[in-house]
Amino acid sequence: MRLPVPDRTRFLRRPEHRALRVLGVLGLVGLWEGLARLGLVPVLFLPSPVGVLQEGWTMLRTGELLGHLGASLERLLLGFLIGAGLGVAAGVLVGFFAVAEAVGAPLIAATFPIPKIALLPLLILWLGLGEASKVAVIALGVFFPTAINTHAGVRQADPALVRAAVAFGSRRWSVIRKVILPSALPTILAGLRLGAGTALLLLVAAEMIAVESGIGFLVLHAGNIMATTKLMVGIVLLSLLGVLSHWGLGRLERALIRWR
Amino acid sequence: MRVVVERLSKTYVDRRGQAVPALRDVSLTVASEEFLALLGPSGCGKSTLLGVVAGLTPATSGAVYFEGEPAGRPLTAMVFQEFALFPWRTVQGNVEFGLEELGVARAERRRRAAAFLELMGLAGFEDRYPHQLSGGMRQRVGIARALAVDPAVLLMDEPFSALDAQTRQLMQEELLAIWERTRQTILYVTHNIQEAVYMADRVVVLSRRPGRVLAEIAVPLERPRTEAMLGAGAFLETTERIWTLIKDQARAALVE
Repeated sequence: MRLPVPDRTRFLRRPEHRALRVLGVLGLVGLWEGLARLGLVPVLFLPSPVGVLQEGWTMLRTGELLGHLGASLERLLLGFLIGAGLGVAAGVLVGFFAVAEAVGAPLIAATFPIPKIALLPLLILWLGLGEASKVAVIALGVFFPTAINTHAGVRQADPALVRAAVAFGSRRWSVIRKVILPSALPTILAGLRLGAGTALLLLVAAEMIAVESGIGFLVLHAGNIMATTKLMVGIVLLSLLGVLSHWGLGRLERALIRWR
Repeated sequence: MRVVVERLSKTYVDRRGQAVPALRDVSLTVASEEFLALLGPSGCGKSTLLGVVAGLTPATSGAVYFEGEPAGRPLTAMVFQEFALFPWRTVQGNVEFGLEELGVARAERRRRAAAFLELMGLAGFEDRYPHQLSGGMRQRVGIARALAVDPAVLLMDEPFSALDAQTRQLMQEELLAIWERTRQTILYVTHNIQEAVYMADRVVVLSRRPGRVLAEIAVPLERPRTEAMLGAGAFLETTERIWTLIKDQARAALVE
């Protein structure tokens, strides 16, 4: 009797369906456009994709779109950079120095679960209605995931590599700069990605209070006057910002981590 | 440069707060330009001893000193069993690491690294990252990194025990050939009797934990060592003698 060897792993295989990826998105947009054209859904509730594009083009030509985008980007970048910088610094301190860990770790653990949006009124009270409070809430949102991930990354640094560095004469700062930070880099970047998502959320929330510019304002304002097409332009812009920041951080990761 | 280890003891405290003696009252001397092997069963504290000599592990009692004029050379450099290369540094970057920490200028670092990359057969691999290299090549980088700083004493912690048998044999030959030229003082930790006898001038045999010196055995083989000596009577007698010494120890360690 001859028994053929069965292929037991077939159900584990996951072929890449490239065409389906594109078709899925196109199909959904097409369906949406079709529904709108047939007049099955009123424009007030669901404007058509082509209509949104047209509105976006008009807003681009009048400069309205770039004005809002510029204002948002400024808050986003400033808040992100401040939050990321402070987060990495705090994470390294808490991860490396026992005293800083004893003081800082419980503090971070206690403040981290607070939804940052809840702090916005407090920040406005402290910093005023201007740009500072908006940048601050974004920075706070980025700070926590960055600090927590940096802390974890620093703790995970391979002790054998730290020992090797010390065996070759490295002192404290050299160990931090040449061993701990590069070790923690992948974890830090994962923290930045989390932070970027939070930053976008907080941006929109902050721009819904006492501002005349920004995508959050655009969305809220358009909603109030029932300009649904404009509102959709704002939402599309936000999703583009999200995709862009994700892509940018991915590029940064590949540029910084070439050794894998 | 001579290394003197004087009545060294090291006791660890484990997680449950229990004292674990690793080394007890170990005294030994590594003569200048000597190749000394430190041999013992696993868990005999030989790596601990190396750590103390490197200044990576504080001793509980006793002392280690270096006698002689370092003449600007760092006292020690170390080659690690698991290589301990920095994965984010290229081969070149890894070899330059110790020179960087000594404050050697960039151009001089380049020059010295290039010389040792050449010596270790790593020319052409400068821009590779460690994960792109085989185990043997990685340890060549580890050795080049240590030799590049020109240490007064080279410390080697089971440098070849993570390699396969053939690669190990080749690396032993290479290291011996380099040592013939440089005559560096080497303290070489291994659990492999054949390796210890083949490579070293003298073998210090440690007991199992807590490590004590069981015997110091001078190897009756000429320099330079050749592969043919692996079958010579003097070689076999010496390895046999050492095996008899530590057989019971190794057996006891096995069931621990």
